[in-house]
Amino acid sequence: MLDNQANAPMHNTHAQAEREKVVFGFWVYIMSDCVLFASLFATYAVLQGGTFGGPSGKDFFSLPFVLIETVILLTSSFTCGLAMLAAYGKRVRTLLVLLAVTLLLGIAFLGMEFTEFSHLISEGHGPGRSAFLSSFFALVGTHGLHVFLGSLWLLVLIVQIFFRGVTPMILSKLSCFSLFWHFLDIIWIFLFTLVYLMGVL
Amino acid sequence: MFGKLTLEAIPHDPVILAAMAFMALGGLGVVGALFYFKRWKWLWTEWLTSVDHKKIGIMYILVSFVMLLRGFTDALMMRSQQVLAVGDAVGYLPPDHYDQIFTAHGVIMIFFVAMPFMFGLLNLIVPLQIGARDVAFPFLNSLSFWLFMVGVVLMNLSLVLGEFARTGWLAYPPLSELAYSPGVGVDYYIWAIQISGIGTLLSGINFLVTILKMRAPGMTLMRMPVFIWTTLSSMVLVIFAFPILTVTLGLLFLDRFFGMHFFTSDFGGNPMMYVNLIWAWGHPEVYILILPSFGIFSEVVATFAQKRLFGYTTMIWATIAIMLLSFIVWLHHFFTMGAGANVNAFFGIMTMIIAVPTGVKVFNWLFTMFHGRIIFSTPMLWTIGFLATFTVGGMTGVLMAVPGVDFQLHNSLFLVAHFHNVIIGGVLFGYFAGFIYWFPKIIGFRLNERWGKRAFWCWVTGSFVAFIPLYILGMMGMTRRLNDYGSTEGWYPFLVIAGIGAVIIAVGILFQIIQMIVSIKERKQNIDTTGDPWNGRTLEWSTASPPPFYNFAIIPTVHDRDAFWEMKQRGDVRPQPPLHYEDIHMPKNTAMGIIIAGFTFFVGFGLIWHMMWLVVVGLVGVIASVIVRACDQDTAYYVPAAEVARIEGAINARML
Repeated sequence: MLDNQANAPMHNTHAQAEREKVVFGFWVYIMSDCVLFASLFATYAVLQGGTFGGPSGKDFFSLPFVLIETVILLTSSFTCGLAMLAAYGKRVRTLLVLLAVTLLLGIAFLGMEFTEFSHLISEGHGPGRSAFLSSFFALVGTHGLHVFLGSLWLLVLIVQIFFRGVTPMILSKLSCFSLFWHFLDIIWIFLFTLVYLMGVL
Repeated sequence: MFGKLTLEAIPHDPVILAAMAFMALGGLGVVGALFYFKRWKWLWTEWLTSVDHKKIGIMYILVSFVMLLRGFTDALMMRSQQVLAVGDAVGYLPPDHYDQIFTAHGVIMIFFVAMPFMFGLLNLIVPLQIGARDVAFPFLNSLSFWLFMVGVVLMNLSLVLGEFARTGWLAYPPLSELAYSPGVGVDYYIWAIQISGIGTLLSGINFLVTILKMRAPGMTLMRMPVFIWTTLSSMVLVIFAFPILTVTLGLLFLDRFFGMHFFTSDFGGNPMMYVNLIWAWGHPEVYILILPSFGIFSEVVATFAQKRLFGYTTMIWATIAIMLLSFIVWLHHFFTMGAGANVNAFFGIMTMIIAVPTGVKVFNWLFTMFHGRIIFSTPMLWTIGFLATFTVGGMTGVLMAVPGVDFQLHNSLFLVAHFHNVIIGGVLFGYFAGFIYWFPKIIGFRLNERWGKRAFWCWVTGSFVAFIPLYILGMMGMTRRLNDYGSTEGWYPFLVIAGIGAVIIAVGILFQIIQMIVSIKERKQNIDTTGDPWNGRTLEWSTASPPPFYNFAIIPTVHDRDAFWEMKQRGDVRPQPPLHYEDIHMPKNTAMGIIIAGFTFFVGFGLIWHMMWLVVVGLVGVIASVIVRACDQDTAYYVPAAEVARIEGAINARML
């Protein structure tokens, strides 16, 4: 086995090709995740009338609350974008601060969603109450689960960057992460519009 | 501690006990042999932890063969039950057991025979045919395989611990809901398919990226072999269809586990929502299976007619048309839902339109043979058998695309005959053709032709004898999934004929096993020293048989379609010495695939039996092992040029 240093130029082109494959593959994964959410949206659209005497969206959606959630998530997307700029500029300290802010905003969002869910359940409006509530919890909860896993991923990335700096491998992972994070934002925009806004209309 | 799992869960039925004993004996035999020949370490380092696409492909196909035997045993049991249970006789399988058998038969044949057979062949051939050294993400490939294996293990565990679903292979609610299926059968169904389905989705992404990003220089899209094109289309379908399956099964799980109401018949749930969702996956799924098979036929027919494939461009566009249309026909599986005349008419017409690109393909294959010098080797025989069987199955499909006709034939044996004709005649025959065609490339020697032809004739005869009577029975009004029927309907003779057909197929399978044994015995006579035993046309034949682990020492440059054929015409078959080799970058083997899948098994098993501590252990294990893998920087290495030169020297000495 040869020393990697001796192969430095070759190794670089290889790393570049590798990064291109990883980011492209991740795009494809996001497409498939889009289909996953599309199926959940379709289920919600079909079942939202099935309240079975329970509450409908109009009865408990609180727009100001959801608006704060939205602002938090959009801000986290913005800080994530800034973080990417810092990563390309190899400004490690700025990068870490921005990623930490992104993570905190993500956790804040999750906290708010948890509050909303536990409030609903404590009032007897849990996911088992009606088909509408089942589909509401499943759709919003799946998005929340994605945010949770994204936050976990981000935490691992922060630790890795802290110890290893911005290596080419980290950079391609960061690219994927930021794709994922922006994607969750877009899904949330649809959720906000189709579930909450149109729900109270 | 053990949730719903008690000693009561072990079945007492003599038929199942016999199956358990058989499985235990087989398992003990394998374990004993591994100890006797001291092969554990070899198995672990060379196979289980391998990320080499060729080895993963072989493992997929091996498992698929074992599962084919189990699925086919189910088929024989159903056929014999229906022969025995006429009139007052009740046969030997109580309804409770019979229902599990037909469910298991469908699930096994689609998810654990056809899918792994397909991914096995893709793994073996796709990188070789595009001139690549591996798939895009070799570790992910290994993980996909092991997730699939978790599905296989859960599927077989349901036989010895608990029960399997009694719902039919798509587990329609409300029958599959907790109220009507309180046991663990449906939970086994959900998790066996869910976990292997995630593996399938990852494979889909992997092969799509492989094909789009890793082709040899010069191989433009319209120079790709047809098999690569059909694989690409099939993978697009995987990527768009499998998330729907994930959601559907996930929601059914939520209904059963958390008492939600997506598909229940009360609390506002809608069972037909499930049926729509599952077929929005299910219809593309059948094209996922058949498109690669169409690709194999295209390769085989061109090779053995010794002509360039007729109508390459139309073949590609027909593939793409089928790929797109497959998403807008799902409702033809349940015209009887009552969606209304306009909706049914739309889906009926779309379904009929699919016959057009398929017909284009059939004519392309026929015209390729026309004026060719056809060599009637076994893969070619499977191709011709396919053309006959598949055309019958295809035409009965078009017949059922007429909603009015479908109202009569819905859920009857006519439907059963139709999809067996297309899936056996189209998918399975294609995979057999591909298996025999590419066997020498991967293993290094050709399979015995005589036994192969005998097996072929049994399969093709058997499938006509077994399924033509079912068309007739369907028109006589016999519905599917009956374990008992009256003696006055006149069904009995046809069921006996169908049973005979199944026995003929069984003989075919026996001949295939004999073929394998004879071929291994005679491997010295049939050894492939050229790397090109069939006078092939595509790049996989340009490297040695079996190929070195890095596939190509020097990546070939493509100038035309049928790249290798064109190289042979130019007399430029193999790079001539003295050669300048470069270091080759290869992935390292890793046990992380099997470890992550192992934790996933805990999650699935825990959710089936309501053992929450096991679920938590599994989830934490999955997350932790993914993180460990993500932090691992030592995942690849360079094979030095000198080592490549040594291996190539050995290959050249063997081949000349």
